[in-house]
Amino acid sequence: MPKITINNKVIDFQDGMTVMQACELADVEIPRFCYHDKLSIAGNCRMCLVEMEKSPKPIASCAMPAAEGMNIKTNTELVKKARQGVMEFLLINHPLDCPICDQGGECDLQDQALHYGFDKSRYEENKRAVKNKYMGPLVSTIMTRCIHCTRCVRFSTEIAGVDDIGLLGRGENAEITTYLEKTIESELSGNVIDLCPVGALTNKPYAFQSRPWELKKTESVDVFDGMGASIRIDSKGKNVLRVLPRLNEEINEEWINDKTRFAIDGLSRQRLDKPYIKIDNKLEATSWDTALKLVASEIKKRGAENTSAFSGKFSDIESLYSTKNFLNLLNSEFYDCRFDNTQFIPGHRSSYLFNSSIQKIDEADAILIIGSNPKWEAAVLNSRIRKAYLNNNCKIALIGPKINLTYKYTHLSNDISYLNNILNEKSDFLEHLKNAKNPLMLIGSSAINYNDGIEILKICAEICNKLNIVNESENGFNILNQNISRVGALDIGFYSKNFDRDFKVSLTKHIRDTNPVVFLLGLDEINFSSLKDSFIIYVGHHGDEGANNADIILPSPAFPEKTSTFVNIEGRVLQTTKCFNPIGEAKEEWKIFRALSQEFKDQLKFNNLKELRQEIIKKFPHLNQLNILPNKSEVNFGKSHIIDNNEIEYNIKNFYMTDSISRASVNMANCTKEILNRVA
Amino acid sequence: MKHPGLINSIKDNEKDLFEWSETNFLKVKKIIEKYPSGRKQSAVIPLLDLAQRQNKGWLNKKALEKVAETLSMSFIRVLEVATFYSMFNLKPIGKNYIQICRTTPCWLRGSDKLLNIAKEVTGCSLGETSKDKRFTVVEVECLGACCNAPMVQINDDYFEDLNEDNFKRLLINLKDDKEISKGSQIGRLSSNPKRKN
Repeated sequence: MPKITINNKVIDFQDGMTVMQACELADVEIPRFCYHDKLSIAGNCRMCLVEMEKSPKPIASCAMPAAEGMNIKTNTELVKKARQGVMEFLLINHPLDCPICDQGGECDLQDQALHYGFDKSRYEENKRAVKNKYMGPLVSTIMTRCIHCTRCVRFSTEIAGVDDIGLLGRGENAEITTYLEKTIESELSGNVIDLCPVGALTNKPYAFQSRPWELKKTESVDVFDGMGASIRIDSKGKNVLRVLPRLNEEINEEWINDKTRFAIDGLSRQRLDKPYIKIDNKLEATSWDTALKLVASEIKKRGAENTSAFSGKFSDIESLYSTKNFLNLLNSEFYDCRFDNTQFIPGHRSSYLFNSSIQKIDEADAILIIGSNPKWEAAVLNSRIRKAYLNNNCKIALIGPKINLTYKYTHLSNDISYLNNILNEKSDFLEHLKNAKNPLMLIGSSAINYNDGIEILKICAEICNKLNIVNESENGFNILNQNISRVGALDIGFYSKNFDRDFKVSLTKHIRDTNPVVFLLGLDEINFSSLKDSFIIYVGHHGDEGANNADIILPSPAFPEKTSTFVNIEGRVLQTTKCFNPIGEAKEEWKIFRALSQEFKDQLKFNNLKELRQEIIKKFPHLNQLNILPNKSEVNFGKSHIIDNNEIEYNIKNFYMTDSISRASVNMANCTKEILNRVA
Repeated sequence: MKHPGLINSIKDNEKDLFEWSETNFLKVKKIIEKYPSGRKQSAVIPLLDLAQRQNKGWLNKKALEKVAETLSMSFIRVLEVATFYSMFNLKPIGKNYIQICRTTPCWLRGSDKLLNIAKEVTGCSLGETSKDKRFTVVEVECLGACCNAPMVQINDDYFEDLNEDNFKRLLINLKDDKEISKGSQIGRLSSNPKRKN
């Protein structure tokens, strides 16, 4: 390995590294504004100047490739003076409005000015003023503060894949703007707020809400899509004020999507804070005792063995497990998590996992997407596909209606039966899949959410085996589940063969025949006309469709108010952290079912969360390993047969409003209005 | 009033139209051919220039978007280039675009006086277009003809060795659509020393 001397210390570095990266290896921190790990190098802020032997002037370490035998000094007088000079230039036009700036307290410029800034200005001229730009309902701009690092420009072009932001003019007249001041049309637009080293691009809904040091910071996991991105929840009292991404190279790198970041205002709207009972078609508040007694008597009246439960998008393992066990006590097996009718193959974990792992997408050189719109189903994952497209010249093909995915792809067909052509080697895209070193197949739930879903899975598995997408070392057979609850629910067996193949038909039949008590665990995405003759108990946190149709509402905490276990699309077990106590009288689902079971002959055995978790782990040992990628499971259910025509239709119609929290969010409503409705 | 080439914003005006003229469309093809295949966005500056010439010396939104479309670039990237170079005007200009050099050599030789003459004859102040749309007067930085300072560029031509008298005559002739001579106004050959009489 080549060697480089940094501050008289000799270290090894890898070829292709820059001087700045080598300095980081030597534990020397270099100040910077424009340089960012995940973006291309611009080298325009000049803050990272270091001294290089034999160079007459300091060099920008972010843009200088490290070379054998270089002698770098980062702590000399010259370096300090150079950086002070740069800082002075940056501050010529930067306003002194830190006291009213939202970035105050977490501002790179503020922090670095502490080390390299002068205490007074040598300039008598007026500072320049720049008109603020409109960038949509999420990002607010105070462009006078901009120091032209162009991180936002590079992010939008490289990662988000929308050529919307640009730097106009030059010199003193340079301005960052979107074309004609349009909204940034990206699901990842909120990340420019984190990237901005100053307060030029800030969080619009969070404007003037709080200072960073006043917030309680809780490290947690995102629940708005299946990926389970690492996030930090910043809360004050019982309000979540903002959500920021945490660095997690294996899942979300440094990004989160706009729903995760901005839908949180929905957490303080439309909340269910007390138990409600429907009397004369009107919901009236009641006590827990009355509500639970009524639930128990209804269950006994309508036949305990027919009691049903359906889980929603945010149901955690703890809720699912206690629900399932409660129903088992009642001798009922009518529970299911497949409200969208997405199929899987019982007994094969690989038939509902993202087997290759999210990180493997980076290495992919051919991807076949079947019935999925990854941009809306997992926006951050889509940016990985874009990365593969840019870095590996990855060839991508899509079966499903044409959509904008931020990269070029071959559109094969709208119809799922095109899979027959692929299996029979009658497709132009086959060459790319065959020649690829790391091919992937990505199946969305829109492809498998009907009666033939299992057949689709089988033929896809067969294709994977045939084209070597799945082999001993690699498993490129990937299902992209849309919600964080699904994989965990299937893992612990929260499904019943009663609802196989066609959820809607079997559900309607079951309800019509037995008129049971139905528990909805935060499930709003169901056809309520098919539940007509049942007694609906809504266990959830938001007053949405489900609560409207419920006979009894039992309030439960939303995701920041409890600690829950989830399994993400890869099968990785993740645990969220509690930020504050539940709002109102809400109680965790497992507590509700534990209390309910007391009204019956047998009782649930656990008494607290610890006991519950121990019981779960005992039954499902794999849930004990947090944050670890599961072992590769085999894809051996392939079967070649002919599948019938079926036009694919994506099941997400509005990225910004997919669940009860985001439907209650004003920010998401604004996005729908400004971004989606304008396009349509 | 700002220099029409130093504006950062464009306005969406429905009346502004732009399509390549037939001759220019052929030129576009030739220009793009000069660059390696797959690198056609390199042609953005020549195409912007071509579009500006076709559109009476300035670029409207449709022209920018046409260039972007022709080169499969995003609009913002083309706008970045057009706003970077002051030679691309984003506002209509007069028939005669008078660019008075104001950098040190020309300034020492009296460019300020030339500016006053220009204001007086054309009736427009700096950065403005005259009411009859015949003139736009702007100041620019060095145009690289310092040897014959002071000098002025009008449209594509240089006018050198100016003084108050000959510049005033020049502008009046322009106003009256009379013929004018390009280059040195005192008969100097390129940058040779001035002839002694």
